[in-house]
Amino acid sequence: MTAAARPTPLQRLSSLLYLHPRLLLLLLLAPPLLWLGVIYLGSLFALLLQSFYYIDPFSGTIVREFSLSTYRELFTAANADIFLRTVLMAAAVTVAAAIIAFPVAYYMVRHASLKMKALLFLGVMLPLWSSYLVRVYAWKLLLAKEGIVTWFAEQLHLTWLLDAILAIPVIGGPSLSISYIGTFLVFLYIWLPFMILPIVAALERVPRSLTEASADLGARPGQTFRKVVFPLAVPGVVAGSIFTFSLTLGDYIIPRIVGNSRPFIGLAIYQLQGVAGNIPLAAAFTVVPIVVMAVYLVIARRMGAFSAL
Amino acid sequence: MRSDGKPRASWSLRAAALAGMAFLHVPLFFIILYAFSVEEKSFVFPLPGLTTKWFAVAFQREDIRAALGLSVRVALMSTAIAIVLGTLAAAAVWRSRFFGRESISLLLILPIALPGIITGISLRSAYNLMDIPFSFWTIVIGHATFCIVVVYNNVLARLRRSAPGMIEASMDLGANGFQTFRYVILPHMATALLAGGMLAFALSFDEVIVTTFTAGQQTTLPIWMLSELVRPRERPVTNVVAVFVIAVTLVPILIAFYLTRDTHEAAGSGK
Amino acid sequence: MSNPDSTAVSFSSVSRVFGEVRAVDNVSFDVGEGEFFSMLGPSGSGKTTCLRLIAGFEQPDAGRILVHGRNVEGVPPYERDVNTVFQDYALFPHMTVYENVAYGLMIRKVPSAERRRRAEEMLEMVKLAGMGERKPSQLSGGQRQRVALARALINHPSVLLLDEPLGALDLKLREQMQDELKSLQRRVGITFIYVTHDQGEALAMSDRLAVFNHGRIEQIGAPGEIYEHPATAFVAGFVGVSNLCEGALAQRLAGSTRPFAIRPEKISMLPASGAAPDGAVTVLGKVSAATYLGSTTRFVVALEGGGELTVVRQNSGGSLSVTPGDGVRLCWSRALMQPLQGPAK
Repeated sequence: MTAAARPTPLQRLSSLLYLHPRLLLLLLLAPPLLWLGVIYLGSLFALLLQSFYYIDPFSGTIVREFSLSTYRELFTAANADIFLRTVLMAAAVTVAAAIIAFPVAYYMVRHASLKMKALLFLGVMLPLWSSYLVRVYAWKLLLAKEGIVTWFAEQLHLTWLLDAILAIPVIGGPSLSISYIGTFLVFLYIWLPFMILPIVAALERVPRSLTEASADLGARPGQTFRKVVFPLAVPGVVAGSIFTFSLTLGDYIIPRIVGNSRPFIGLAIYQLQGVAGNIPLAAAFTVVPIVVMAVYLVIARRMGAFSAL
Repeated sequence: MRSDGKPRASWSLRAAALAGMAFLHVPLFFIILYAFSVEEKSFVFPLPGLTTKWFAVAFQREDIRAALGLSVRVALMSTAIAIVLGTLAAAAVWRSRFFGRESISLLLILPIALPGIITGISLRSAYNLMDIPFSFWTIVIGHATFCIVVVYNNVLARLRRSAPGMIEASMDLGANGFQTFRYVILPHMATALLAGGMLAFALSFDEVIVTTFTAGQQTTLPIWMLSELVRPRERPVTNVVAVFVIAVTLVPILIAFYLTRDTHEAAGSGK
Repeated sequence: MSNPDSTAVSFSSVSRVFGEVRAVDNVSFDVGEGEFFSMLGPSGSGKTTCLRLIAGFEQPDAGRILVHGRNVEGVPPYERDVNTVFQDYALFPHMTVYENVAYGLMIRKVPSAERRRRAEEMLEMVKLAGMGERKPSQLSGGQRQRVALARALINHPSVLLLDEPLGALDLKLREQMQDELKSLQRRVGITFIYVTHDQGEALAMSDRLAVFNHGRIEQIGAPGEIYEHPATAFVAGFVGVSNLCEGALAQRLAGSTRPFAIRPEKISMLPASGAAPDGAVTVLGKVSAATYLGSTTRFVVALEGGGELTVVRQNSGGSLSVTPGDGVRLCWSRALMQPLQGPAK
């Protein structure tokens, strides 16, 4: 045994950490926890704290005293419109994303060959990670009045259909790029990968033997799908909806670029803290998506969505 | 193996899947097409003509080069911080079971699970409260915060797939903790680390929502693009920059995908 | 007490507690220099924890562990002159076979030429010459097992720990590796401490073995001693098959309520009318089941007055043909009954 050799400081430190795993754990955890705990959570709490401050109506400066007056200001009819508009949009986007995502995910898991599947997986990952802004920009090109969608409608002699859609009250508008339909399409496009991937993950977990057992017991493919596969994929849909819902709630860029410039929550927050300089009200506004998401997460957890994340 | 045994999809399912994938990719194709358009004032389609001159114009623009430089520096620094912090967190969660382990994952995911605007406005108001002037570092702090989880996820996935006895085997053979890290843990997770770093880079390089709040007067490439999107002044140059951004983010994503392909294959073979 | 110079590993009153579970409960034993020592027991009996205590992956909560007379309390695994062959082999997947085998030498900063020479020697010894450049993923289970062995032996440890090293191999390969391991151990003269739940393996390979149950050692001894003279009902039942008799049955057969065990192959079966040898224990019964097992047949005999015994007989031909329903006389020499400590279950 060569234990007689004097250990170097590094060896001694190694032994100290080995024999005290709690100390090692502490050293590993401290940097990331301090970073996220102090910088991130600290800022978040500071922001929430500021929602209890208020703007002095005469001087326009922020009064740093506890008050609920900002929250009274939050619940006005105009703001209620903003909440309703945002939540409806988030819900519509979520439902549409689920409808489009399901067949893609189902095909990927159940029918595609291994190679095809890897390709499709990459095909979903690429838009997920690639530039958000560029992808929003692409829709500005597509939806512009003189742009691609209009041209295709003309070529297919469907201009009447496009006009009819644009003539629908509320969701229509002078062109697709200045309507709720446009905003909806862009949201749907941007967040779709976030819906596909959790559904894929959930479907992966449905063992093939289960569908075979169902078929063996006499179920037709449609029945197997409705009674076995779909219920088991629901957690994936719910997990995906966490993303599509949350991301739509907080986004302030898409409605600014494609849409009729009526404010959504994100845009309202952005304008309050920027142009208006009303940090307390902006902070109170951020509480809304946080609360909505918290409720959503509690429900999602009950439905077992976390295992599909 | 089993790929042959998979049932053929019905026509309607295949059409729906194809349409979904087309929906995801066709718009990107048009972006590339428009970069070659001769038209300057509108997004008219079909294109009146094709040219490559806008590439030359864009690359000579000082403001774009400055924005690109800032974006790259921010992304590199944020990635470096995220790699260190994400790896530490992954190692801690992998090595031991401790009270509040689940909360750590939640805390790491929170910055990308909550809408970006909340992270952005929180940081901005914190900077304000503490009288910190906007700088390179105010952007980096925001980016690193949401990049940590990307590295964490990649590294943790790799560690979880490794044989649990590897560290013990190394120590059993005489390597102390540091040697074990140097010769066993680091090489084993190298590709996952690189993949996580690539994704973190792509995420940071492209980020605009948080950056708007933490940049002050500084202009990163996405901020430059956003201002063009809100108030279009130079459409052809914007088109070129958009193509460039696609290319810059595509490369690290493809590399990351390649480096972690065993994970996808494992997922692909299913159970 | 054994001489400290010839004791490789010594446990005195060692305990290891995980929460509520006493994984190792006041265990003491000594392993002699150059001995092939097995720790046998069902899963969760504490044998693997004992191995990890020797390797240094666990620290005892109470008691003292000596390795070659040195108290190893607070000594991390990398400062112990002990190497381990892991159950799942734990080969480094990113290194070649050669790099795996030479790992310990590389850490000790052995010059690379010597490293290569010794690694090649080791590979030859485990019959893997020429495989050095492969990755572990390109090897079969048996080959990986040999790499793990070579990787541990190259450091010339004073003690080699083996944690169910043959568990993942199929039966044929396992038997072949048992012989190889045994002859390898004789050749290198290193103390082997071998953990297994397979009693056949432990009996076949060990110089001595310790039978573990619920964190305690039930019995330590040479294979023949353990098999022929199990000290407790657990040992009698876990090592081989035994008839356990207690209470009224023990009273009737042995004349005392003290529980005893009798191996099924030690019982002779005669026709009901046959005469038992003088002094033998004898009892009448009726065969209730017969199971053909190839080289042997196993009978279950319901005894007159209650209780049943299992009897195993060689199918050597020419012996009495017995079918279920037949009346038989069982008899055995009194000396073959093994009195047990404590209750039967």
